[in-house]
Amino acid sequence: MNYDVVIIGGGPAGLAAAYACKKEGVESILIIERDDKLGGILNQCIHNGFGLHTFNEELTGPEYAQRFIDKVINEKIEYKLNSTVINISDKLEVTYVSKNDGLCTIKAKAIVLCMGCRERPRGALNIAGYRPSGIYSAGTAQRLMNIDGYKIGKEVVILGSGDIGLIMARRMTLEGSHVNCVAELLPYSGGLKRNIVQCLNDYDIPLFLSHTVIDIKGKDRVESVVIAEVDENKKPIKGTEKEYKCDTLLLSCGLLPENELSRMANVEISRVTGGPIVNDKLETSIKGIFACGNVLHVHDLVDFVSSEASLAGQAAANFIKDNKKQGNTIKVIPSGGVRYTVPQIIDVDNMVDSITLRFRVDNVYKNKDIVLMLGEKELAHTRKRIVAPGEMEQMKVDKKMLEGTDLKEINIFLKEVQ
Amino acid sequence: MKTIEMTCINCPMGCALTVNIDGDNINVTGNTCPRGAIYAKDEVTHPTRIVTSTIKVTNGMRVSCKSEHVIPKEKIFEIMEVIRNTEVKAPVKIGDILIENVCDTGVNVIATKNIK
Repeated sequence: MNYDVVIIGGGPAGLAAAYACKKEGVESILIIERDDKLGGILNQCIHNGFGLHTFNEELTGPEYAQRFIDKVINEKIEYKLNSTVINISDKLEVTYVSKNDGLCTIKAKAIVLCMGCRERPRGALNIAGYRPSGIYSAGTAQRLMNIDGYKIGKEVVILGSGDIGLIMARRMTLEGSHVNCVAELLPYSGGLKRNIVQCLNDYDIPLFLSHTVIDIKGKDRVESVVIAEVDENKKPIKGTEKEYKCDTLLLSCGLLPENELSRMANVEISRVTGGPIVNDKLETSIKGIFACGNVLHVHDLVDFVSSEASLAGQAAANFIKDNKKQGNTIKVIPSGGVRYTVPQIIDVDNMVDSITLRFRVDNVYKNKDIVLMLGEKELAHTRKRIVAPGEMEQMKVDKKMLEGTDLKEINIFLKEVQ
Repeated sequence: MKTIEMTCINCPMGCALTVNIDGDNINVTGNTCPRGAIYAKDEVTHPTRIVTSTIKVTNGMRVSCKSEHVIPKEKIFEIMEVIRNTEVKAPVKIGDILIENVCDTGVNVIATKNIK
């Protein structure tokens, strides 16, 4: 089987990439999705707040997904459900398995990686205690409740104040469970302010910052969870232990881009983002393989996933139509509070007039300028009253800023407001 | 006179707002921009929210739903009780009214997912 563009994953990134690719005139596109429907994680995100940037209205996850599913179906883009990709090669061969087709290999002219991310599991958190039932990652609990309709526990403790944990605190409260508290290891929450107020404060659920779970009791089912305050080295402080009788512990401790397939194709992965290193076309280190959405770096807003994925879809289409030689490249070097940028590389000769750098900071900072420098020359700056790791930032870079330079790097960092 | 403390949700600043209510006179302090004052006044006079949940479908599936518009915050649990005791027939389309005028709020609960 041959396709021009194969898109791995039918979530928000895959749908937007496929649609954009089709709009650029590519006829032969295939989306491969392992679940039994398109839409990805949005299907279980039944709360509202999606689409303010894309559609200028507040949609729920399933509604947002359906808008893009309709576009894909109207454009008659081919997709396969219940089909799991098990290998991608650097020769752009995609191997998948499904009940209907068995084991199949497809040759593609370009591939867009849209596999999304998964949750950090208990095994990666080093929590002492037994391994009883009743411990869920927040997203698993969300799926069990919102798609399958189960009530998963009566007395709940949540570790981690990521947005999914906060959303689930409200969701479980509304369904009649009692959420005792949310414990967060860091001295600040990784979730959006709005979620802290509307998911915790609205229901008087306490948020304990600089706290972690130090013990889980109960052999068959969770019986209680012990939390304690931690010092600046994140070590539990003796005497601060609190024990909560409960039957359920939810873990909302971060998301990890799912790049096993990318590694099989020898795509170079960033140690900071956990996703591929890409250029301004969102092309990875392997020619013809593009990446977007949460597999590239974890986003807070699906709207930005959609716009990033459109870019990747267009770039894949352009790659097939006219395979331009790589031009003069510049690396984007983050420092001074900026943890990473996407893209990491800009191809100055082939870039469009203006691109968006997306990035995160490594701590909460107040009153800073975000500065972009080419050697000694300041290219741009934005003044921020506050920046936080939980909120992705962005900055425009124009082609005319970079044209004609011999330098190989631009630097981005935070600076005290002068 | 009554004093209420709250966190502004308009931006990541999350200003700690203090609202002093003296009869019809509402005074907001702690905000660093005008949006904070508007938010605080709304929150103390008529706090509203969108409610989202799922409703049982006769075919054994669940359809996700939302209040079509904001509803008064204090009605949330009453509305959840109605949602929990409702069952609808498939098929359902996005936007279909599942519960009309829920708890006399003048707001409908509508489907947010297609169920065949």
